[in-house]
Amino acid sequence: MASSTVSRVRRQLPTSPWLFAAPGLLIIGAFILYPFVSTLVNAFTDRRTLIPGEFVGLANFRELLHDDMFWIGLRNSSLYVLGVVPALVILPLLLALLVQKNIPGITFFRSAFYTPVVASIVVVGLIWVWLLDERGLINSLLEAVGVGRIGFLSDQWLLLLSAMAVTVWKGLGYYMIIYLAALANVPRELHEAAAVDGAGAIRRFVTVTVPAVRSTMALVGALSSVAAFKVFSEVYLMAGPSGGPAGEDTTLVMLVQRTGTGLTGRVGYASAISVVVFVVTVALMVLVLRADRRGDT
Amino acid sequence: MTRVRKGELVLRYVLLLAVLALTVGPFLWQLSTSLKGPTEDIYSSPPSFLPRHPTLHNYERVADTIPVWDYAFNSLRVATANVVTNCVGSALAGYALARLRYRGRRAATLAFVLAMLVPVEGIIIAQFTTMRELGLNNTLIGVVLPGCIGAMNVLLMRNAFLNLPYEIEEAAYVDGANVWQRFLRIALPAVKGTVAVVAIFAFMGAWDDFLWPLIVLSDPSKFTLTIGLNYLHGTFANDERLVAAGTVIAVAPLIALFAGLQRYFFRGVGEGAVKG
Repeated sequence: MASSTVSRVRRQLPTSPWLFAAPGLLIIGAFILYPFVSTLVNAFTDRRTLIPGEFVGLANFRELLHDDMFWIGLRNSSLYVLGVVPALVILPLLLALLVQKNIPGITFFRSAFYTPVVASIVVVGLIWVWLLDERGLINSLLEAVGVGRIGFLSDQWLLLLSAMAVTVWKGLGYYMIIYLAALANVPRELHEAAAVDGAGAIRRFVTVTVPAVRSTMALVGALSSVAAFKVFSEVYLMAGPSGGPAGEDTTLVMLVQRTGTGLTGRVGYASAISVVVFVVTVALMVLVLRADRRGDT
Repeated sequence: MTRVRKGELVLRYVLLLAVLALTVGPFLWQLSTSLKGPTEDIYSSPPSFLPRHPTLHNYERVADTIPVWDYAFNSLRVATANVVTNCVGSALAGYALARLRYRGRRAATLAFVLAMLVPVEGIIIAQFTTMRELGLNNTLIGVVLPGCIGAMNVLLMRNAFLNLPYEIEEAAYVDGANVWQRFLRIALPAVKGTVAVVAIFAFMGAWDDFLWPLIVLSDPSKFTLTIGLNYLHGTFANDERLVAAGTVIAVAPLIALFAGLQRYFFRGVGEGAVKG
């Protein structure tokens, strides 16, 4: 009796596992893996939106070298990593330490600090455009205290800095949660032992907390640097589709979007820029994670 | 030992309130702007934080300027579709990767890991041409499809199923339950928390997405809320009250959803981030 039911179950197995996995495989195959391969192929063609295009070898990449806009995009995306990543590795850790202790009302604060993560990037972008406006809240406050108004959104560099600040502001809560999970695993005894030895709060932070969350810091570094290099929405919303004054605030992904879409889109050329984005992204990840491993030994 | 000294407690609350002002303040300022009437000076210095004559008039005016409720409905449809497909598809695939034995399982797992590593921003143009080839450009289905079963969600579900003890399924197996019964009656109810996290991620991801709908949608009547807001901002940037009302419409449902589900959310995000 029992053996017959088992064999009945067995008989159903050869087909059903693939039925389970098939929808997922189909979707990621068609819309992630196939586009990935076709991006790599298109990068070596002069394909346009309505024209299939032909193989042109490295022509797109040679053109990139002489394209001012590409260098501007590469510069801005790289600056974005340098500006955003240190802030996103350190500030959320401090924030996690602040909300870690269970004191009355702490769940409210944790949730509230997460609000910017929940809000869509478009909402966040538009809120900050309004806050940083020539006549907006921040400038009104600056004027009220006698500093005077600052053109946050009209100056090329201030605009990029403002966009970075918005990225950090929106990311704080997300990385705070990752750190909270890591801090929960730090043995309390370590802190107590250090306290008994007479170490103050700052000393305990440096000698106990930081080493214990090192690998999480590397993870946050990797995640945030990859995200920072691919920045699109913040800058697009704050600088406009053309990328601020004379396009000087264009980032690489903005350039991909601008050159590759529309009826006259240069799909091949945009794909070549995408390949640069892939390569740098992978390099950043390897770099950050290797730096972590070296530190451990 | 868990007692906190009074001085430290005060300092903690001061810092917490400062961060609160910094993170939530901008949303409140936007809400305040959206409630200010046409005769009120929204540019005054020093700024006035409370609307003197609160009015909902700006919300009516947004609807006159762009079909904001249609856009919200489009976003809702996209987000709902995303939640359903992600929950069902990821649970099925995750179960297949964690619990079923068959040739090619490692290859299937690898495919999902690779897909998770591919940066969407880098393949967006190829996704666009793929969509054109399928004739789904400028449709809401086209907006939904690329993210309708996220690789990360599949791996989240896989991890959740892997953490279940085998014994409970073995008992059902001996009792003659087939693979679908074991999946639906035993495994799936045991990972409800992760399903909730996938649902929230899917909803937020779809409701918030900007770059992909911006590329795939060209007809204003099909816009989702984020694209519509960008359009509103571009066209009527001179009236900040309208833009503010639009952003409040876009963000309010998400904050409500999050407030209702935050317990699952923090638990799930924490677990996924560490064990992933």
